[in-house]
Amino acid sequence: MLAKRVIPCLDVRDGQVVKGVKFRNHEVIGDIIPLARHYAESGADELVFYDITASSDGRTVDKSWVERVAKEINIPFTVAGGIRSVAQAQELLSKGADKLSINSPALLDPSLIDTLVAEFGQQCIVIGIDSFFNEETGTYEVHQFTGDEKKSRKSAWQTKDWLQEVIKRGAGEIVLNCMNQDGVRKGYDIEQLAALRDYCSVPIIASGGAGEIQHFVDVFNDAKVDGALAASVFHKNVFSIADVKSAMYNNDIAVRPIEP
Amino acid sequence: MKVAIVDTECANLTSVRFAIEQLGYSCTVTDDADAIRAADRVILPGVGTAAAAMRNLQRKQLVDVLKSLEQPVLGICLGMQLMTSHSEEGDVECLGLIPSLTKRLEVGELPLPHMGWNTSMPTNSNPLLKTAEQYCYFVHSYAVVVDEYTIAEAEYGQRFASMIRHNNYFGAQFHPERSGKVGESILREFLEAKLCYYLR
Repeated sequence: MLAKRVIPCLDVRDGQVVKGVKFRNHEVIGDIIPLARHYAESGADELVFYDITASSDGRTVDKSWVERVAKEINIPFTVAGGIRSVAQAQELLSKGADKLSINSPALLDPSLIDTLVAEFGQQCIVIGIDSFFNEETGTYEVHQFTGDEKKSRKSAWQTKDWLQEVIKRGAGEIVLNCMNQDGVRKGYDIEQLAALRDYCSVPIIASGGAGEIQHFVDVFNDAKVDGALAASVFHKNVFSIADVKSAMYNNDIAVRPIEP
Repeated sequence: MKVAIVDTECANLTSVRFAIEQLGYSCTVTDDADAIRAADRVILPGVGTAAAAMRNLQRKQLVDVLKSLEQPVLGICLGMQLMTSHSEEGDVECLGLIPSLTKRLEVGELPLPHMGWNTSMPTNSNPLLKTAEQYCYFVHSYAVVVDEYTIAEAEYGQRFASMIRHNNYFGAQFHPERSGKVGESILREFLEAKLCYYLR
């Protein structure tokens, strides 16, 4: 049976892993390679590395560490951050990245998705969506350049429409980051994820809000997502991947056991 | 031990190479016919589409080379599908190294691609995977139909062949290079086990 995935997310800035609250006030968590190795050995099903400065600074993710990660771990990993051309994508894949996650550049030029899928295959093109619930209008808005407080702004897209657009263009997987929940550890946005699940024919990964073990159980049971991403709870040892997987197992959610 | 990874110009060549090197073997990524023929083990990796990969192999004049090999050969993911006779993906004739068929997964309401960790059930005659219920990492939308060449089965909406074998040709639908210690063990068996029993 296909296991539900538990995915630590490592926000990378200047070669180090950082974590902010609601995308802001970033603090350094540690070096990339030891953390990647630690998570791979402690039961992570895959890893996501997200260069939070790349898109907003107009530069691409520093790539030297990608090859070191590829050598160091034997689980899949995704690289995100400022990938806006076939050449950039080719370089990251040739360094050993399994998947690439595209966010702001796809909003600037949606045809980038078609191009990358045609070139490298659907299996390695993930679309990251930063979705913000606007209480005044009662709608979910897609935001872009969220790595930089000064440049972060809403796009013209509503989340459901953008989701359908990127799937039509061939996206192989969606990471939906619910911005209102990000970093505040109050639980995943079950309502939004469950609503979007019905429009999503490819795997969908929940992101933003994990604070308790039960949050993982809830998002898998109630929003039917394929994976759940989390950062601070793992970085700060609030609980372990083993704790999460144990709770999932006890709630009859399919999990890959941690290898001894 | 010379290990050749066939340069299909697909995306996952590097992680396959790293996985082999981590096991203590050197390997070359090559599209040179002589180097492929001279290797003790040949790995045929692949991601992307069957039509594009077959075009690459034809352009590099590797189709007959791959058909003539007598050493153990392992196809991974799309590489396994290329070993079959035909793929529904682009309605393309494949290498025909293993007389099986590749078809689109029929999964109903389930998301596609089939992406993530799933279990395989090996048959008794599987020399690479010996324990059932081992999780491996899959990413694919097409799959090989279960038939007499199947040496492991998996299920996602339907049954499909997760590993196949015919003579010296082996295929794995999942990515052993990204499947943790289970994957390492499969690659090690492929490199170290006496697979000469399976030669033609």
